[in-house]
Amino acid sequence: MSSVTVDARNLLCPMPVIRTQDALAGLQAGDVAVVLCTDPGVVHDIPAWCRVHGHEVSNIDQQDDLITVTVRVGNSA
Amino acid sequence: MTRQIKAVALISGGLDSLLAARVVMEQGVHVEGINFYTGFCVEGHTHAIRKKDRDRPKRNNALWSAEQLGIKLHIVDIIDEYKDVVINPKHGYGSNLNPCLDCKIFMVNKAREWIEANGFDFIITGEVVGQRPMSQRKDTLPVIARDSGAGERLVRPLCAQNLPATLAETEGWLDREKLYGFNGRSRKPQIALARQFGFEDFAQPAGGCCFLTDKQYSVKLADLWSTRGTREYDLDDIMLLKVGRHLRPRPHFKLIVGREEGENRFLEGYRKRFINIIPTSHSGPLVLLDGEAGADDIELAARLTARFSQGRDAQQVTVSVNRPEGETESLEVVPIPSEEIPEAWYV
Repeated sequence: MSSVTVDARNLLCPMPVIRTQDALAGLQAGDVAVVLCTDPGVVHDIPAWCRVHGHEVSNIDQQDDLITVTVRVGNSA
Repeated sequence: MTRQIKAVALISGGLDSLLAARVVMEQGVHVEGINFYTGFCVEGHTHAIRKKDRDRPKRNNALWSAEQLGIKLHIVDIIDEYKDVVINPKHGYGSNLNPCLDCKIFMVNKAREWIEANGFDFIITGEVVGQRPMSQRKDTLPVIARDSGAGERLVRPLCAQNLPATLAETEGWLDREKLYGFNGRSRKPQIALARQFGFEDFAQPAGGCCFLTDKQYSVKLADLWSTRGTREYDLDDIMLLKVGRHLRPRPHFKLIVGREEGENRFLEGYRKRFINIIPTSHSGPLVLLDGEAGADDIELAARLTARFSQGRDAQQVTVSVNRPEGETESLEVVPIPSEEIPEAWYV
């Protein structure tokens, strides 16, 4: 299992979703992407994108303006 | 064993593309969605920026549509490639700087490339003949099919019965009788079909999904091009046009004035790129200065900043003028009276 970090800070949606999508394209089922964001819209949009693609959001952590979304790649990837 | 027929649907987040995809899915075709991000999309940005908008529930309508349909949605960044569409539209602009026909040709062409790369059979759009004055007319729909290279691989399920049969129909992948013959600007048939499918709470944006259809936004973009002397832009340029009051007191500079806390926070991210002015004796906006400014210009900008601060009626307001390279100076200025701000300064 591998893990990548995606820097989507200072980007507005849907760019953090696109960065997440691009990062996951190179990963295998079970791999993890940790997405760093500042647009609060990501707490809705990244989980929505993950739901339609069969990925799992395993954690969303919000500290001040930094939002960290952890995504585990699903089997349908 | 019969081959699974696959189609990609252009999903804007509006009702028509949602219905078009669903109509095709009803006939057993595997559908995935594709959504193109141009940078001009209305979707979400003001929500992300403006504090008052943040209090409303956030929703990406294209993703919402995909969830309703139970399909994958591929979101594609076309910001750089799209510039040529905006700057040099072969078919011209609509009533503002909206190159709707070129835009649709470009997007269908990108979808064509996508289906060829991914082994899909055809493309679905939610276009309805007669629905829009530029891109959805009886004479322009064939232009989109032709110039995009999609040809008869482009299916418009909502108005297919008004158009020649496409490959999907002649090959028997779709039953033409189960497609629709909508036409004109009425939304009633779509709303009735949405009810039939059980769709509720779908998006019905009044002004479309693109800032280029907005008159005020187009005026700001035209001002940007005219003062720079070149029809170019980058993503930051077009994002900043969505934010704040824009005033051009002199031809060689303009001010972007944050209107509330959320906008001020967003503009903070540009302090390393622009001269910026902040009231320090009173609360007030963050103001970016875009352009070249001499000492007189800085003073005028400072007086305007004071005008938009809580000290607008004070004898004097102190502002901090900060340069991108880090140099800072404090100025005490008299707020400019509102009657001395000509309407023409507002872009």
